[in-house]
Amino acid sequence: MIKVALIGAGKMGISHLSILGAHPDVEVVGVCDTSKMVNDFLSKYGKFNCFTDYQKMVDEVKPEAVVVAVPTKFHYPVIKYLLEKKISVFAEKPFCLNASQGQELVTLAGKQQIVNQVGYHNKFIGTFSEVKKIISSGALGNIYHFVGEAYGPVVIKPKQDTWRSDPSEGGGCLLDYASHVIDLINDLLAPVNSVKGSLLKSIYSNNVEDAVYSLLELSNGVSGVLSVNWSDDTYRKMSTTVTIIGTQGKIVSDANELKVFLKDSNALKGYSKGWNVSYITDLTEQVDFYLRGEEYSLQMDYFVRAVAGKVPNSINTFQSAWYTDNAIELIKNSSK
Amino acid sequence: MERILFGDNQFFAVNHISDEKSRSQSIKFREDSAIIKTLDEARSFGINTFMCTTHDRIANICEIVRNDPEKYKDFKIYPCMPYAHKYANAVTELGIAGTIKQYVPGNLFGSILKGGVAYLSKDFLSIMELLVDAEMKMFKGVNTPVIFLQNVITDLFLGLHADEILIGFYNYVKKKYNAEAGFITMNMPKLLDVLEDGGVKNPIICSSINKVGFRMSGGKDLYEETLKTRQFRAIAMQVLGGGAIHPKEAIEYVCNLPNIESILFGASSKANIQNTVETIRHFDSINKA
Repeated sequence: MIKVALIGAGKMGISHLSILGAHPDVEVVGVCDTSKMVNDFLSKYGKFNCFTDYQKMVDEVKPEAVVVAVPTKFHYPVIKYLLEKKISVFAEKPFCLNASQGQELVTLAGKQQIVNQVGYHNKFIGTFSEVKKIISSGALGNIYHFVGEAYGPVVIKPKQDTWRSDPSEGGGCLLDYASHVIDLINDLLAPVNSVKGSLLKSIYSNNVEDAVYSLLELSNGVSGVLSVNWSDDTYRKMSTTVTIIGTQGKIVSDANELKVFLKDSNALKGYSKGWNVSYITDLTEQVDFYLRGEEYSLQMDYFVRAVAGKVPNSINTFQSAWYTDNAIELIKNSSK
Repeated sequence: MERILFGDNQFFAVNHISDEKSRSQSIKFREDSAIIKTLDEARSFGINTFMCTTHDRIANICEIVRNDPEKYKDFKIYPCMPYAHKYANAVTELGIAGTIKQYVPGNLFGSILKGGVAYLSKDFLSIMELLVDAEMKMFKGVNTPVIFLQNVITDLFLGLHADEILIGFYNYVKKKYNAEAGFITMNMPKLLDVLEDGGVKNPIICSSINKVGFRMSGGKDLYEETLKTRQFRAIAMQVLGGGAIHPKEAIEYVCNLPNIESILFGASSKANIQNTVETIRHFDSINKA
């Protein structure tokens, strides 16, 4: 059994806690949140050992691994504290509010040799893993363009301010929504290393952007477009799509459906010339406990197994999440 | 429960495999009259139970059903609550306490929210009961013999080991609405264990059951074994595996399984409804013979 604790039982934290609670190899040794109501609920019904001070919790329950799901501005101090104690960390995304804090944590995690992971769940979605496989095979020929998109109905009218509307706390469409798409592009193709220009548009929010449109160039020279809008209520929930175009073919994929066009008949085993369509139903892995999507269970299971030493700690590391933080900073700077 | 239940995903642009399809459905069903027309088509093939989420637009459908008691005298609705996106968006905006404050009617929450006082178990059960009442308002005067808890909530509580809330829902629905509680889940075998341990006999459980094992957590074999050996009233949903399996093959698989009381499906065209109904009846009649 791996001893895991949770810091931050908000929307994502509670969902992680439920998945951890059902995991056969996990013992949830402590939960820390500042809300009395949440703590009372979790201790009464889930019989969780609840705390309001995370340092006190860590000292008392001695977890091997901690899931950090507090607002992004608290990531840096909390994660640093855990790394210094040699505790493995799964942090929610985005990783840190600026690239220099993130860099410090990447270095520290390496030095302490602990398992580190960030919650960019798209990498555990079957369609996107298949996209990665196809790209690695070279079947698309020379890749020369990509479009990364995400749309959804988060802020669809002027609203009262919360931490999501405060850029210094990790709010805004760029940090919260676009980060998922940037991270996916970084992983599928190569990290963003320059930004040619960006438009950050406020639609309903006063202090943060609700849409991000940007021209990106990757470290391998491929360039493309980022188009993300969290104020689009023609979508029922967040919908992320990547389009990747090469000289020998094209991919259009979202979380449910993968469409692949290939010019040659023998380019890739299992794919034929022309359009090939497959669905998440064929591409997803089975999970033992499902809540909100296979990817949430799969990423947590991967983390638990990495802590147990059963898989390499190579997906969604602090380092890969840092590339995304860095791209976010480049986009911000290019819009000024 | 009837053998065939009609679902509502197609009305609200829920499509598990294609965003394009969701968009075309959302265009097709933008008027309530289009929903009613499809429900009437389903009724014409003998499907009299509509299982639907507590989406705002269902209030309009209930109004139409209430206003024509003669036409809808045999019609039943199985509400599935809550409409999770409404709460998920609110939690994003207001936090957990803020959301409960916004949706729990009356002063109860105001009085227990006052700082310093510990929340008692009965407080959480009262909050749950008030939320159920709020969701049930739109169904007043409509026949709702089974009331479901949506999978995202069932499974959240399942993972948190908040079994008492699940049992509390079962008891409350029975007491207040004289209805049977149903549970939608993606973790059927695990849920059955919890409900049985909580003293719920022969529970109604709606879960994904399909030939490809899609969203059957723990595996298809475990589901088949559970159906064979345990006592509960199973509803199979996502029988087409999100559309990935050939309909005839998909339905044959489900009809051949033991212990499945009902099959839930949704479709937007009359031809598709007819096809599915006829296929289910075809395999059922073979199995009876």
